[in-house]
Amino acid sequence: MRLINKVGNWLDQRLQLGAPVRETMQHPIPRDTASWFYVFGSAAMTVFGLQLVTGILLALIYVPSAGEAWNSLQILNHQVSLGWFIRALHGWGSNFMLAIVLIHMVQVFLFGAYKFPRELTWLLGIFLLLMTLGMAFTGQVLRFDQDAYWGLGIGASICSRVPVLGPAMVTLLLGGPIIAGATLSRFFALHVFVIPCSLMLFVGLHLLLVLKLGINEWPVPGRLVRRSDYLEKYHALTRTEGVPFMPYGVWKDAVFSGLILLCIAACALYFGPFGPSGQPDPRVIQTAPRPDFFFLWLYALLSLLPPALETPVLLIGPVIALIVLLALPFLSGEGEKSWKRRPIAVLTVLLVAVALGTFTNLASHAPWSPVMDAWTGFPISSKFLSGRTPLQVQGALVFQSKQCHNCHALGENGGKRGPALDAVAVRLTGDQLVRQVLQGGGNMPAYGKNLNPAETAALVAFLQTLHPSGQAPAQDASHAAGVQP
Amino acid sequence: MSVPGGLSRRQMFLKIAMLFNGIVGVLLAIPIVGYLLAPVTRGRKSGYERWISLGPIDQFPSGQTRLATYHNPVTHASDGETADIPCWVRHTDGDHFQVFAINCAHLGCPVRWFPQSGLFLCPCHGGAYYADGARASGPPERGLFEYPFKILEGNLQIQAGQMPTPGLSAAKGTRRPPCA
Repeated sequence: MRLINKVGNWLDQRLQLGAPVRETMQHPIPRDTASWFYVFGSAAMTVFGLQLVTGILLALIYVPSAGEAWNSLQILNHQVSLGWFIRALHGWGSNFMLAIVLIHMVQVFLFGAYKFPRELTWLLGIFLLLMTLGMAFTGQVLRFDQDAYWGLGIGASICSRVPVLGPAMVTLLLGGPIIAGATLSRFFALHVFVIPCSLMLFVGLHLLLVLKLGINEWPVPGRLVRRSDYLEKYHALTRTEGVPFMPYGVWKDAVFSGLILLCIAACALYFGPFGPSGQPDPRVIQTAPRPDFFFLWLYALLSLLPPALETPVLLIGPVIALIVLLALPFLSGEGEKSWKRRPIAVLTVLLVAVALGTFTNLASHAPWSPVMDAWTGFPISSKFLSGRTPLQVQGALVFQSKQCHNCHALGENGGKRGPALDAVAVRLTGDQLVRQVLQGGGNMPAYGKNLNPAETAALVAFLQTLHPSGQAPAQDASHAAGVQP
Repeated sequence: MSVPGGLSRRQMFLKIAMLFNGIVGVLLAIPIVGYLLAPVTRGRKSGYERWISLGPIDQFPSGQTRLATYHNPVTHASDGETADIPCWVRHTDGDHFQVFAINCAHLGCPVRWFPQSGLFLCPCHGGAYYADGARASGPPERGLFEYPFKILEGNLQIQAGQMPTPGLSAAKGTRRPPCA
């Protein structure tokens, strides 16, 4: 113990950091802010630390070369002792970091922390969010598998739609004419050098501002922020009810950070590392690329937007969102801080959360994608076949062999791109079915060139049998009128 | 040493030093920016596209659409399998071919050919195209990208080398003379 003290004193004589660090740790904070609501920022920083450590550990084995990256991940997963666990920690750490950064952002937004004088802290926070998203995307690319390869193609296709500069931006993004070695190298440079260094710089500034300006006080309804007297009131608050950050606030930060690290380790242990999926070989086209969890909402949005709206929304949407986030502290830098008197703020958070949650949920089962192997993999249930005439059974064969099943569900299984056909005969008459099959329409391709008259007749005969037993099939009113004048 | 209302000697030295460093900075910035923009300038100068052979035309029976692959003309040693690019070759009849890019015209995912229904389907966002590459349904705003082709000494050749994207295709469209 005495030796440690001696070494400590020797170092402090030279570095002279002891006093300022002690002073910083014991700076007074308002009593209310030593709260479990104020632990997310420090937790995000702790997870960032975990990412730095596990990232360096992965870099000991990982080879940033398009020809080798996938193999080096296999070596990490299967040959290097505990390599799989470090990969899993890094992957789950990334998910947790993004989640905590988002929760932290929601908390400071609802607590009005972006208002005077903490505008710059908020602005730096927005850039920290963008960089965290950047780390997640570039990290997904470094897991150089099929999803990464085609994900880059999606990124390039979006980039290319920028007016005039688009194609040049794609070439810069890819580092050449195609997704290849140069692409992986530049994403490696971004993920390992450029973004982490900027993150560290911005985290430092973000933290410095928290220390210089003081942590945002617990919002009390009716206690309005005014530029004229806020600082005075805040300092009075820390003077009268202030407590030292160490130990009042810091123990909760430490407990929560530890808990989060434990959760990450538990997820890593239980669920294991993410991928890699198939090799990044563009010749293997039997693949259905999916983005990582935090980009699933975007995948859903790209599927559901009307084609004509897609490019404007993709190019203008992010710019507007960024402007709104950056302008927020300047548009509402004063006034009420408490979420209890800011219903629009609360509703905005709820709306964004529900929208992102819904899109993410939709993307996890992707009803817009055809099920590519339904026509060979999913049989037609016998209840749709028993008691049918030979022509109708022939129609069921046409349904299967012409891949109708890839987009249309029948019973439990099949694609969801088009409507389920269990009761199609109730909705459409025979003539309408013929027209729909041959000419398509309503987002269905026309099959006129790919079905001969016999196949069409059989298919429609089968489709006309698809109605619940208690419901009669649709009938053409004019035909009925012709029979019974 | 300060001169009232003017520059002191030291202040002037500082300004000269800053100016000097500014000039050095600009001089260094030129090669750095040039290096960073190299992929674009290289593409502008010599172009990334070349005529590449997909093999003898009898590999592609008339009336069928088949998957072919080619080695990208501009590659590096570290590219691995990413340098081998697939494409769909449709031989209508005689000397008439259509060579489609593998990339969906929506966002670049690999489209698959289903000869039974005569459709190209995209697994990502559900784009569908007819046998001739025309848009059938889904989010794509246009048909499949096509490579220019020619037949040389019994071999099918295509002009390729750059990943087709909606923006690139539109930019090329504006550069192409109206008669082409």
